[in-house]
Amino acid sequence: MTIFGFRIPIMASLIVWAILWEIVGRLDLVFLLPPFSEVLGAAVDLVQTPSWQTATVTTLRSFVVGMALSIIVGIPLGFLMGRVKVADDLLGMWVNVFSSAPLSALVPVLMILFGFGERTIVAAVFLFSVWIIVLDTRAGILHVSPSLVEMARSYGASRKALYGKILLWAALPEILAGVRLGLIRGVKGVVIGQLLVAIVGYGALFETFSRNFRMAQFWALTIILFAFAMVVAELIERVERKVEYYAGAR
Amino acid sequence: MMMNMAAARPLTPQPTAPDAIVEIRGISKTYGADVEALRNIDLDLPRGKLTSLLGPSGCGKTTLLKIVAGLIPPSAGTVRVAGKLVEGPGPERAFVFQDFALMPWATVLRNVGFGLELRGVGRTEREATAHRYIAEVGLVGFEQKYPHELSGGMRQRVGLARALSVDAEVLLLDEPFSAVDEQNRRKFQEDLIRLRTTQNKTFIFVTHSIEEAVYLSDRIVLLSPRPGRISGIVEPNIDRSGNPDDIRRDQRYLDAVEEIWQGLRKYVE
Repeated sequence: MTIFGFRIPIMASLIVWAILWEIVGRLDLVFLLPPFSEVLGAAVDLVQTPSWQTATVTTLRSFVVGMALSIIVGIPLGFLMGRVKVADDLLGMWVNVFSSAPLSALVPVLMILFGFGERTIVAAVFLFSVWIIVLDTRAGILHVSPSLVEMARSYGASRKALYGKILLWAALPEILAGVRLGLIRGVKGVVIGQLLVAIVGYGALFETFSRNFRMAQFWALTIILFAFAMVVAELIERVERKVEYYAGAR
Repeated sequence: MMMNMAAARPLTPQPTAPDAIVEIRGISKTYGADVEALRNIDLDLPRGKLTSLLGPSGCGKTTLLKIVAGLIPPSAGTVRVAGKLVEGPGPERAFVFQDFALMPWATVLRNVGFGLELRGVGRTEREATAHRYIAEVGLVGFEQKYPHELSGGMRQRVGLARALSVDAEVLLLDEPFSAVDEQNRRKFQEDLIRLRTTQNKTFIFVTHSIEEAVYLSDRIVLLSPRPGRISGIVEPNIDRSGNPDDIRRDQRYLDAVEEIWQGLRKYVE
């Protein structure tokens, strides 16, 4: 971004919004919105409390386990759908339905299946994130140039070599994009799951803060979550940039 | 005028030849229910020669090449390479692709050595071989480059080096120069003539360019379209030992181009 010929870093826009927030907060228009400085102060205090630390450990654990499951299941499923027509016909509709359905409505069902604990949260993370990984992996596999596959076959590639040395690499840009979008959806899943279960991790904290109108803490927790989602997405984007050089040249 | 060429025999050229390395017998290929790409092809390809399959688009020349490669199963008929029945790809055949088919995530060095990598050849050995053929096709200094950093002509040199480095007896080239610009194509054609004298291999070359076929080939198999059938065989019998530029002025070159054009023009009119 450039203003009057000066190069302004992207993060500068955040500062503008923070200042705006501060002004609106100080005007005391809505009690739901305390000044930004107060929220920042609350964030600093919050991260020092044992309740936040335990909640973070619980939340991260559910998130990591749920995402790991999504990736372990999603990528092979995408491969299968991209390579086997019958599998694609059988599963395609369901994957598309689930990837666009309002999944929050299903979380209560998960609670019945998995109980009021971490297992439900893991299931929610999985349910939110897996479909986009499947769809993007499938798209990546379908996008692989047929002559690259023919090349591997003509030089005597085994099935394992075809998958490991050609298909995985050729589809990698799409797979990574899917994982990145899946991670963002997974953050959504962990929060919505915890909110509905309401006695676990960040869900419990959100419940306490909003019920007692502790808005500064509430916003502090929200900002921490947003920052986490952004950092995770950025990390994957870094990896994506490593394969960018060939994504456009396939 | 036609005396110094083997007469363009009409249908069914000599079915057997004692020095044939590739024997094609009764090959037909039908796609789906009614698209007939090839009908009853009988053809022998002599060892150590460069044979071109030439014809207008839709004559099934690429299909025939891919059947020989074992990449497409025929609907009927058999192919034998060095006496062995073709049931799939094999180490005695190497393919050069029209669109190069290079791995964009791998360096020139790894791409060239990929055929050997798939055969389980150790890293040091396959890289040594790759280096040798990279030099052979004139790409020294580009070993660590990626395909997208190379021009079309250079990419196809990588494809050719990959095919050479697996040391197959038969090289199958599917319109290798069609995605290469004209200047690079000419240079590449000259290099191919030189490579043929150093590499003792059988080349099967698919092209739709009459000039290219005559310039390079010992033997040209003309295919007619829909369904693909053999409509004639021409042996230009050109001396290629001298200056490559002289070939294009050689009377036999010009005569062969003219003869083939007269044979093929009815398919485009």
